[in-house]
Amino acid sequence: MATDREAQEMTGTMARFTALLAKRLPDDVLTQLGRLRKVEDGPLPRIVYDTMFKNLELAAELDRPCCQDTGALQFFVRAGARFPLLGRLRSILTEAVREATRTAPLRHNAVETFEERNTGTNTGTNLPWIDWEIVSDDATAEIDVYMAGGGCTLPGSAKVLMPGEGYEGVVQFVFDVVTSYGVNACPPLLVGVGISTSVETAALLSKRAIQRRIGTHHPNPKAAELERLLEDGLNALGLGPQGLSGKASVMGVHVESTARHPSVIGVGVSTGCWAHRRGTIRFDGSLRHQVLTHHGVTL
Amino acid sequence: MSKVLKTPISDAGVEQLTAGDIVFLDGSLVTCRDVGHRRLVERGMELPVDLRGGAILHAGPIVADRGGGRFEMVSVGPTTSMRMEKFEKDFIARTGVKLIVGKGGMGPETVEGCRRHKAIHAIFPGGCAVVAARQVEEIERVEWRDLGMPEALWVSRVSRFGPLIVSIDAKGNNLVDSNKALFNARKAAIVEEISRQVRFIR
Ligand code: SF4
Repeated sequence: MATDREAQEMTGTMARFTALLAKRLPDDVLTQLGRLRKVEDGPLPRIVYDTMFKNLELAAELDRPCCQDTGALQFFVRAGARFPLLGRLRSILTEAVREATRTAPLRHNAVETFEERNTGTNTGTNLPWIDWEIVSDDATAEIDVYMAGGGCTLPGSAKVLMPGEGYEGVVQFVFDVVTSYGVNACPPLLVGVGISTSVETAALLSKRAIQRRIGTHHPNPKAAELERLLEDGLNALGLGPQGLSGKASVMGVHVESTARHPSVIGVGVSTGCWAHRRGTIRFDGSLRHQVLTHHGVTL
Repeated sequence: MSKVLKTPISDAGVEQLTAGDIVFLDGSLVTCRDVGHRRLVERGMELPVDLRGGAILHAGPIVADRGGGRFEMVSVGPTTSMRMEKFEKDFIARTGVKLIVGKGGMGPETVEGCRRHKAIHAIFPGGCAVVAARQVEEIERVEWRDLGMPEALWVSRVSRFGPLIVSIDAKGNNLVDSNKALFNARKAAIVEEISRQVRFIR
């Protein structure tokens, strides 16, 4: 049994991790942005990349959130059934968001639906959003933290296709989403694609997909090939940074899938912007933590 | 060899620019977004700031109140300009504003307003809020504070504010629109090529 003290400690750790995320991009995103920056040779893309990197430097130096939109907070939990704080995790994560909102500080981005009132704490009914997966019987937990900004969340879309439309329909859907709202979502984008039965499963998978580290691939070779084809194809559109046109469009394309009903193909698309603020932290059974996405961090 | 605009901006200053140019701004910059536009255009209220030859920024900043009427710009990233499309043409006509800064492009009404009244729309790179905040030398005053921090009109003095990428010039060009047309023109062939390789259902 975990003690109150341990719960408090985990709250503090999660609050500090959340605040850090607003100010520093994860290693894989930084590496990929650095790579894409080198590919661009036009004056517009270059000055935009220079400004982006300058902004990240200044954010670190002044200890400020790198983008003013620090998003709505979402957590993706993959826990063992015996994780000591499993039953208290919702209150721990909610409290951590309140704390990070004060300390970072984060912009107030939680509006109670129907009341249309900003809570001022980034928390509210079922916010932060928590996605739960019980993945084993052990005592560890891995948590992705994601800041869903307005601009990069807007392109999100899901739809159920008829089997006759096939994977070709999936490809068309992804391209339509990216060439419409994607252009305004601060490219280069990280594109998540979910393929499943219905809208909600496909949409959820697409969001989980952009939590994955850039450079990882779907275990199925055909799906991995689809990822590659979509990535190359979207890059060939040449959105460039901020959609101002250039040599590349995306930081990556990640596909997640489930088995599905044979009469339908559910497809979901989620996009992350260049300021893709997400991070992963792992807790072991003794509640010792390890940050997996940002090197050299002590919380 | 980047150009610098200085407020008050003249018609000639605007006319020398073409969509795709990179400029920086010296002088006065006023934040104005949804409700500011709505008040002027829909409710017919007088703007408490003289914008003739001036510049506005579509943004809802984070401002620190330092007390005694002194403020500091903490973070001021541009917001999506398209939300103001409904109002911008009238806004330009009524205020005489010469430079509109925001994120993403704007539509045909703004293009028309810019052409007729000699104004431009420019893009500040999204997500670069700290860079922008550091280019604000001083917040000189604030108007319409009753609208709350994001919607109030923050009148700032800026130095080398940018990069600003001209997206709509006074000649009727719209950079974002032509980019979108280009992306869409490329799309069909790419989709077809990929589709040939993903016929997994047989
Ligand atoms: S899309 Fe991302 S980088 Fe752009 S303004 Fe929104 S949160 Fe910031």
